Amino acid sequence: MSALIEGLFNGISIGSVLLIAALGLAIVFGLMGVINLAHGELMMLGAYTTFVVQNVFKPLGEPWFELYILFSLPVAFIVSALFGLALERGVIRFLYGRPLETLLATWGVSLILRQFVRSVNWLLVISIAVFCLCFFGGMAILKRLSHWERIRNWAITILLFISSAISIALGFLIDRVGTLALTKPWFSARNVDVTAPTWLRGGWKILGFQMPYARLFIIALTIICLLGVYWFLNRSTWGLRIRAVTQNRSMSACLGIPTAKVDALTFALGSGLAGVAGCAVSLLGSVGPNTGQNYIVDTFMVVVVGGVGNLFGTVVAGLSIGIINYLIGSGTLALIFTSTESLKPLVDFFLFFATSSMAKVMVFAIIITFLQVKPAGLFPQKGRTAEL
Amino acid sequence: MSKLGRRKFLLYGSVGLGTSILLKGCASSEETSTSTTVDSSTGTTVSDSGGDTIKVGILHSLSGTMAISETTVVEAEKLAIEEINAAGGVLGKQIVAIEEDGASDWPTFAEKARKLIDKDNVTTVFGCWTSASRKAVLPVFEEKKHMLWYPVQYEGQECSQNIFYTGAAPNQQIEPAVDWLLANKGKEFFLVGSDYVFPRTANTIIKEQLKAKSGTTVGEDYLPLGDTEVTPIITKIKAALPNGGVIFNSLNGDSNVAFFKQLQGAGLSPDKYPVMSVSIAEEEVRQIGKDYLKDHYASWNYFQTVESPANQKFVEAFKAKYGEDRVTNDPMEAAYIMVYLWKQAVEQAGTTDLEAVRKAAIGQEFDAPEGKVKMLPNHHISKTVRIGQVRDDGLFDIVWSTEKPLDPIPWNQYVPQTKGYACDWTDPNKGGRYKVEKI
Repeated sequence: MSALIEGLFNGISIGSVLLIAALGLAIVFGLMGVINLAHGELMMLGAYTTFVVQNVFKPLGEPWFELYILFSLPVAFIVSALFGLALERGVIRFLYGRPLETLLATWGVSLILRQFVRSVNWLLVISIAVFCLCFFGGMAILKRLSHWERIRNWAITILLFISSAISIALGFLIDRVGTLALTKPWFSARNVDVTAPTWLRGGWKILGFQMPYARLFIIALTIICLLGVYWFLNRSTWGLRIRAVTQNRSMSACLGIPTAKVDALTFALGSGLAGVAGCAVSLLGSVGPNTGQNYIVDTFMVVVVGGVGNLFGTVVAGLSIGIINYLIGSGTLALIFTSTESLKPLVDFFLFFATSSMAKVMVFAIIITFLQVKPAGLFPQKGRTAEL
Repeated sequence: MSKLGRRKFLLYGSVGLGTSILLKGCASSEETSTSTTVDSSTGTTVSDSGGDTIKVGILHSLSGTMAISETTVVEAEKLAIEEINAAGGVLGKQIVAIEEDGASDWPTFAEKARKLIDKDNVTTVFGCWTSASRKAVLPVFEEKKHMLWYPVQYEGQECSQNIFYTGAAPNQQIEPAVDWLLANKGKEFFLVGSDYVFPRTANTIIKEQLKAKSGTTVGEDYLPLGDTEVTPIITKIKAALPNGGVIFNSLNGDSNVAFFKQLQGAGLSPDKYPVMSVSIAEEEVRQIGKDYLKDHYASWNYFQTVESPANQKFVEAFKAKYGEDRVTNDPMEAAYIMVYLWKQAVEQAGTTDLEAVRKAAIGQEFDAPEGKVKMLPNHHISKTVRIGQVRDDGLFDIVWSTEKPLDPIPWNQYVPQTKGYACDWTDPNKGGRYKVEKI
């Protein structure tokens, strides 16, 4: 009995990690149809935010440091959401309806983000800030001119060169005269350590095994996020608009729904959830530039299996992939059949797959077979919906 | 529509161009800053190199997943080169290091090795970390009859004339660790490793050794590189070792973090389930978080806490150059001493001619931070073996060490295929792999 509960708990805990990581993608990819390969990097941003918040809380002493994780959740959400907003406004909105270009562009963004956290230092931040100030400030001033439309292209080109020249020159200057503090990378290419507060370490002993608090925390967090997303999509005005745009973009636009705003908001929401997921996985795994890469394949797998455009499908897919992965990988499936002598070949078969690497192979094989039977996932959308 | 397209094209084109220039500007400023440090330290510039400098190659991953570890090794190598240059250089010439980035991609390593040898005409190459990258460059060095110095502990089963290995062979790290565990911690072992050549070979050796010394392997599992879900493995450990036992860990990289965090969460504490790691040194302890690793064990030849004048000097020099908050570890120390061993070999040979240096390298002794080391005819060095336990500050308490340096055995004597073989490059009849006569 306790073995069964332990198995179920472990399966659910693996599934909840998959689910929370995939939740943001279920919105971005599922509802909007954007193949966002930078999703993992948005998680990574959330994880790094957790690291920064942890270091801010460290000097505050005991009662506060214990609670840093609760503060880092909203901060991670906001940081990732803002970044997602910038990404949508700056890149993705030009690429709606062109999945292949989106794929390449977001892959590029993910590479840039990974390199960014490796090499970010004050020098780089100052240079970028100065560039933005010159470029967008100049644009704002020039826009007041009456013949702006005519000179637009030239102005932008010249402005671009001037602002980059200024920021590069400033960068060189700071590099020459500045101290090490300015040129020292914030995080460097090394992994950083996120140590869970003491109340999330260890576990709850029950029925002869121990439920890790970190896992329980993630399960609770997943449930809260799910309920929040469900409430937002089905009970709020903006949720209604998001659903309307998902179902029929041109009709929604005709009825006066600001589709561009809805797109931006949806993408920001999905990105913010990725940030929360990043905060959650920092309790279990490593935090480094490649953190996102460890999750990106799994998250797409969950959304595809669940059926694009269906949150409920994502939930079922995440949990079942987690449970299957655990049952195969830990050899529990093989143990169940050992009692029956006639099932010996089956036991051998499962024992062969009862290692972490082979379990992955098996799960992939099952998923591919499943997608042959149901190509649109567990709960395919019916009727004419996402025509993106 | 077409006009808009052109306009937009112009806009994005210029934005892209501008950004790339910006990034390039930042990147090049970084590059110039690093090259100036090398130049100022060598006291010479690359342009007027002429005949008064000696070029060496440094070939490590400066980007990609392995950059985390390999950049620290590069730092140690540059420190050694700087010290040698400050003391007058080699044969009266200054050493100029040419850095190449292997980018954590094994074919790139081979390509860059070729470039260093053919285009830069370096006199030797210091480089590689993973066994996969070493195996990738090995054919290049054999074909060109060139020389590679390799600083990382590895699985053995290799002995090339063109490589000098200054990291530990299995008998200088894994085997003493297993013996110590058998004597002090228990006879039942669970083996966990990343799914690639080093852990698999290492675990083959451990299993043979346990069989020979009445220990038992109760289970083993391999995690794909970078995987962070270890719940199934922890379940298996609990099932196989219900009353506690030894976990032998050869995981590499990110998986270690997940492993130790989740191990603690599942209530497997170091008093009942001590973990012996062979890929976790001071730098990794910092990245995983010392609270998760406290009281677990690691086996290395060098810890920052080794007490010797040579080590004190090394640690101080390193901290002075790279910052007070930095730590030194075993591969860094091996990288540091290999530059000195090469320098001594060149000085004894009186030339940078490869054949002469290769001959002169054998027998070189050096008072390393870890203790005395000596290059032996099998191109590996003798090393002291130590076992450390992680303490509160993230450094290691040395709980056990061999009394004197252990001679390396590259061909493993527990594995049937290589039992009875040895390696000796001083005797042309013996070479890389020969059968030892029974005495």
